[in-house]
Parts: sequence; structure tokens; C-alpha cells
Amino acid sequence: MHPALSVIIFTTTSGAGYGLLVWYGSISAFSEAAGGRVVALVVLPLALLLITAGLLSSTFHLGRPERAWRAFSQWRTSWLSREGVCSFITYVPAGLLTLTWLVSPAPGRIAVVLGLLTVCASLVTIYCTAMIYASLKTVHQWCNPYVAPNYLALGLYTGALLLAAALHLLGRGSTSVDFVALVAGIAALAGKVSYWRYIRNTQHPSSPESATGLGGIGRVRLFEAPHTEENYLMREMGFSIARKHAEKLRKLSVLSLFVVPLVLILIALLTGGVAAAIIAMVAVLSAAVGILVERWLFFAEARHVVTLFYGARVA
Amino acid sequence: MTTLPEPVVGQKKLGLVIDLDTCVGCHACAVSCKEWNASGHSGPLSDFQSRSDGVWFNRIHTFEAGDGEASRTVHFPRSCLHCEEPACVTVCPTGASYKRSEDGIVLVNADTCIGCKLCSWACPYGAREFDEGDGVMKKCTLCVDKIYNDNLPEADRVPACVSTCPAHARHFGDLGDPNSDVSRLVADRDGYELMPELGYKPVNRYLPPRPRKNGSSCGSHEQISLVDLAAKKTAPETKGTAFLRWADRILSR
Repeated sequence: MHPALSVIIFTTTSGAGYGLLVWYGSISAFSEAAGGRVVALVVLPLALLLITAGLLSSTFHLGRPERAWRAFSQWRTSWLSREGVCSFITYVPAGLLTLTWLVSPAPGRIAVVLGLLTVCASLVTIYCTAMIYASLKTVHQWCNPYVAPNYLALGLYTGALLLAAALHLLGRGSTSVDFVALVAGIAALAGKVSYWRYIRNTQHPSSPESATGLGGIGRVRLFEAPHTEENYLMREMGFSIARKHAEKLRKLSVLSLFVVPLVLILIALLTGGVAAAIIAMVAVLSAAVGILVERWLFFAEARHVVTLFYGARVA
Repeated sequence: MTTLPEPVVGQKKLGLVIDLDTCVGCHACAVSCKEWNASGHSGPLSDFQSRSDGVWFNRIHTFEAGDGEASRTVHFPRSCLHCEEPACVTVCPTGASYKRSEDGIVLVNADTCIGCKLCSWACPYGAREFDEGDGVMKKCTLCVDKIYNDNLPEADRVPACVSTCPAHARHFGDLGDPNSDVSRLVADRDGYELMPELGYKPVNRYLPPRPRKNGSSCGSHEQISLVDLAAKKTAPETKGTAFLRWADRILSR
């Protein structure tokens, strides 16, 4: 599948934003201190900014962005519509939580309720984003039980990294938040490795034989394409990446998304102070590169069944 | 509304039956389709100008199947199959994609489509293409503006691809009615659906190439032809062999 930059930025930045909301919402709900007003008024706007940037980026993928509002209507059947609806619903508790901190230095119980609502809405939204892809039976590398857990784990991990870095920057570095980032990172890495193993060992049930129905005669291969030029289908669905390049990029994403940030967060956890703030920032930058590579691969390694009509042996 | 219409017993299911035995791969259907639709319901259709690719509702592939003596080269027109359970419709976030309850035709409302391309990702048959010019998705309409057009003589109220096919390889009708001509054709010729394993229940059917006249059918079992038998018995051409040759031709049809 063609890795469109608008969609890569949308899924990664909004994923990190919702992940950040999940962790901040949890702190807000379960921890008395919640880091106080300064943390709230840095972290919440940062999360909302990331989410908004991601959603805006997604409209660049549309042929008619001015009609984007119509996408809120078909939540009964469409995961894309559900994603749109949930993303807007999440603005309500997250926005109100920001507002309560703006007007009150110690919002108390209301922050607990809004925090919990923010956590639930954010998790549901990440799940909906994942299901846009995981519901497509035409793409084996997307339609499998690993995709939704991967999206959730990566959103939570990148969100936790952001929260850890923000707290270190504000001079309120938290051992427990650093620890959460470490655990989330290891879980996300395990999920990603399992996903890669799954897509290496399995393939789509369809074949050129079932696509054409000519399997009764024998092995089917393309003799002549319908046209000499590339068409929309071939560019959008037929994008493919050589396996050796994919291997290199997987290594790069493992290194910059997981290994480097996790080691750096561990160091930040042990050092503390100004050094920890700088180290945590580097961890975030490294993870940002890594998550973009990971998401690019998620599209580039996905093979659509329509390619079976264009000469592909497997999808 | 992207919710699919409730299935009804005896539901009209308009669709195409494509005969892979007689298709000559001339692309006339694709061109005629483009001509009608560039000026019809979905028009204009962007073309091979500047950076755009051109939108076509019909793409004619040619495949080789089988190996050696048993292999066949088959022209294969590919277009929307107007599925009974089209994922392209249910994934649509805006309701621009819909399946008509009265005849099962799957359409896109170009006035409400946002061009998110998700329907083209959901379709395994490559039936939907993005129109760079309009910023919306386009697809086969089964010539909905032709088949119900009272201004045309009744004989012309079939999709453009069907009326133009010089090999009569394309047939149009109600596949929901088991007694329709198309349904009987499908039953007679063992018509099949594409990628049934995905469960989208396409309405269109494909008729497989007929077995070879020399008897080596579809790569399965080798049949001993009457001609070969006759040749073994009597080497020189006689009236008997001529008859057998004729009988062989008739019987292999």
C-alpha cells in the first residue's frame, strides 16, 4: 500500500497525543497530586495540539477536504467514521479538564471524573484508528489480531515517553512515569516483533487462481496487463518494497523507536536533574524518527489482493 | 446510508455475466464504457492528461493458466461485481457509497464523496478508482443512466459494455431471478464468482473457457478423442473417419 505522508503523520501524532492523554488522565484520576497546575497546563495542551495536528494532517489525504465533516455520519458501519466521531468526543473531557485547571489551582474530584472519561475516550479512539486498517480483509498485513494491540501499545508508549520527557523538563521527573514508559516500550516492542513474525509466516488466502477463477486449468500468471501506463490501482495498492530494504528499515525502527529511547529513559531515571531533561528530549526525538519509519513500513509492507490481478503471486 | 439494504427473498440483482470463452480481449467494452460514462452519471472522467492517470471502469487483463499442452490464454475483463455485501459501501464514512435496494447496483454520490479512498482499499476487485480531476471516487454504475433510459429503444437499455461487445461475451440481466436468461446461462456453463473466499458475494459471474475441442479439457484428465481412435484403426482417410471427425467436432461443443 502506498505510504501517504498525511496518513503516517495522522496516525503517529494523534496516537502519541491520545497516549499522552491516557497517562495524564490516569494520573489525574488516581494520583492526588497529579503533578499540579503547571504540569496540567503543559501536558494537556501538548496532547491536544498533537491530536489536532494529526487530524488536520489526515484531511490532506482527502480529495475533497472541505467535505470532511460528512465523515461523522456513518458510525454505524464505518470505522473511519467512528474514528472521526470518537476523536471529537475526546475533545470534550480533555478540553474540560484543561479548562478546570485553567480556572482552579486544585480542581479536586472533577479532575478525577474528567480524567477517567479522557482515558476511556482516548483508548477507544486509538482502537478505532487501528480498526480502519484491521477491518480490511483485502490486506492480510492489516487484517489480523496484532494490529489493534500494536496501535494501542505504540500510542501508549509514545505518549508515556512524551509525559516522562515533559515531567523531566518541568523539573518534576517521576520515577514511576519513567518506569511506565519502560514497560510500555518493552510491551510495544514485543507486539511489533510478534506482528512481523506473523506477516512473515502467513499470507492472504486469495491467489491469482481464486482471483481469476482459472485455477481449475492450472497455475495462473499475468500474460498481458490492461494498459502500458501505471494506473491509480497500481500506485495506491501496488506499492511494494524490496524485502532487504524492509529488513534494514525494521532494524532502524527497532533501534530508534525502542532501543535508543528505552536506554535513554533508563539513564534519565537514574540521573535526574537537568541532564535527565536533555536525555529524555533526545529519547523523544529518536522515538519520533522511529515511529515514522515504523508507520511507513506498516503501509509499505502491506500487500493488497488487487495486485493478484497485476502479476503478484501472493498478497 | 452505508448500512446495506435488508436482503429480501427474490431480490432483483442486476449484474453482468462475462464469457471468458468468447472474449477476444479487444478492449471495446472498456472504450465504450469510457465513452458513455465520461458524459453520463459519473462524468466527466479524468484522462491521461498532465499528472492524472485516467479513470476506467473496465480493465481488460490477459492471463495464462496451466502449463504446456493444457495451458490456456484467457482474456479477462475486470469491473465492479456489484457485490451483495460490498465492503466498499460499509467502510464509507460519509454515506456517499451506497447499494440500491431496488436492483442492487452499487453507486457513489459524487456530491458527498470526500475522496478518502478507503473504499478502494476495501474492494478486492479493484473496481474503484480515484478521479484526480474531481477529487472523488468513481466506479462502474452498470450504466444506471442507460438501462432505465426511456428515451432509448428498449434493445439499447443495457450497459454500454454489453451493447458494444462484438463477441457477445458480455450478458446483462437479473441474477436474482433463477429463470432469467443470465441465470440460466450461469447454470448451463458453471458460471462462478471471483474470490468467493472473501465473502463479499459478488453478483457478476464469469463463464469459464470451454474445454478444448481436441478433448484436452481444462488441464484435467486427458480424453481420448474419437479422431485419434479412428486414426489408429484406419490410417487412410475414409468416409468413416470423416464422419467421426464431424461427430467429434459436434460432440466437443
